Amino acid sequence: MSSEKRTGPARALRCRECGHEYPIEPIHVCEFCFGPLEVVYDYDWIAARISREKITQRAPSMWRYRELLPIDGEPKVGVQNGFTPLVYAERLAKALGVREVYVKNDAVCHPTLSFKDRVVSVALSKALEFGFDTAACASTGNLAGSVAANAAAAGMDAFVFIPHDLERGKVLGAAIYGAHVVGISGPYDKVNRLCSEIAGRYGWAFVNVNIRPFYAEGSKTLAFEIMEQLGWRAPEHIVVPMASGSLLTKVHKAIREFVKLGLVEDAGTKLYGAQAAGCGPIAEAVQKGREIIRPVAEPKTIAKSLAIGDPADGFYAVRAIRETGGWAEAVSDEEIVEGMRLLAETEGIFTETAGGGTVATAKRLIASGRIPKDASVVLCITGNGLKTLEAVEGTLAAPPVIEPNLKAFDALYETLKARRKAA
Amino acid sequence: MKLRAWLTFGPEHVQKPMIWKLIKTFDALVVNIRTAEIKEDKALVALELEADEDTLEKAIAWLQDQGVHVEPIEQSVIAG
Repeated sequence: MSSEKRTGPARALRCRECGHEYPIEPIHVCEFCFGPLEVVYDYDWIAARISREKITQRAPSMWRYRELLPIDGEPKVGVQNGFTPLVYAERLAKALGVREVYVKNDAVCHPTLSFKDRVVSVALSKALEFGFDTAACASTGNLAGSVAANAAAAGMDAFVFIPHDLERGKVLGAAIYGAHVVGISGPYDKVNRLCSEIAGRYGWAFVNVNIRPFYAEGSKTLAFEIMEQLGWRAPEHIVVPMASGSLLTKVHKAIREFVKLGLVEDAGTKLYGAQAAGCGPIAEAVQKGREIIRPVAEPKTIAKSLAIGDPADGFYAVRAIRETGGWAEAVSDEEIVEGMRLLAETEGIFTETAGGGTVATAKRLIASGRIPKDASVVLCITGNGLKTLEAVEGTLAAPPVIEPNLKAFDALYETLKARRKAA
Repeated sequence: MKLRAWLTFGPEHVQKPMIWKLIKTFDALVVNIRTAEIKEDKALVALELEADEDTLEKAIAWLQDQGVHVEPIEQSVIAG
């Protein structure tokens, strides 16, 4: 493809394994070696068009970095998504025993309260450019809601495939937008295979299958925002939750792109991955020094959004962690809940289980000295706690009930005061 | 019908001729190895399997019965 004909920054799709290149099309695996395809850009084209000044003059959304996203024209879906707060978390830093903590709060990402709105915006914008009119995904939570909502806003039809026994709240979270929600019965591997076959048979934009190379690029905006919000600085240490491992690899790519384009200086950023003990194939590979990921047949964790037994980008996440001198941890469900509570109690941010895992991982890394106590750390919080209320149910005491008079409250207050003093 | 899949073999299978056994068990199955990585305790093979739907289902069930992990090339497409 010549740059003269191109109207966007994406030059081609390239196999991450054998390097074979393909034109920009809705394809996701290499025909030669089955390796995953990734968008490659023309950085000379981008360098001529991007600058800090140009970015800061644009509206506060993920699209202020549009030259580094694989669309040709104006964004068509999720125009207002992204640009979530980067919170200076002084109280959390004190609790974790580290000099400085920043929380990237995608628990308030517009419109469906998770970072999936970033990837879906890019996927569906690209899908419309390709001429698709139907969006689809297979999900157990955040992705389902995001595809349904963003497709609705774009006037696209949406099919959302879910395991048949998914919690009612999550089903409603997709159905409310008018999406066709289809429950599939049977064991996880069969559900997975069927979804893969549906993606191959129907001419839909299946966001994390045939649109995956474009979809995954949306994750970079989380890191672009962090670097801009840090005052055009790359983080020293960054902790990222890992499900498929894609987010971590894209955070890595985003930092390298900003450095390459001279938008930030290389800070030697170290990447750390957070997983759950009941499904930690990437963390296991990092800790044991393995190249190959050992799939987890039956994930068992309350962090459902991290429960990907055979992570598609696991190998690349391991490589990025090793390259940067980082590490990975797989934390227990108890640590996840404790992490959720700690973030809520210190910073007023209620995250879902994946975020609890990120906080718990940071805690372990700081306690073990892998992250030095005088360091500055960014934690990526990718989803909202209201979506996983069941995780904390039973871990908090029921509120006391009193008679409707002041005397009753006085008595209760004295009890609470005494209890606090004792604690 | 064609299926493209990743096969993961554990330490108990690494030194055994599993793909030969698969081919011997299913005459109608066409198998095409596209890439493979074999370590001491684990092997990962990208395999293209072609047959009628019934044979394909039986072949996959056979592999799984032997303890081989079979995953579509996309790996886990069900996201959180």
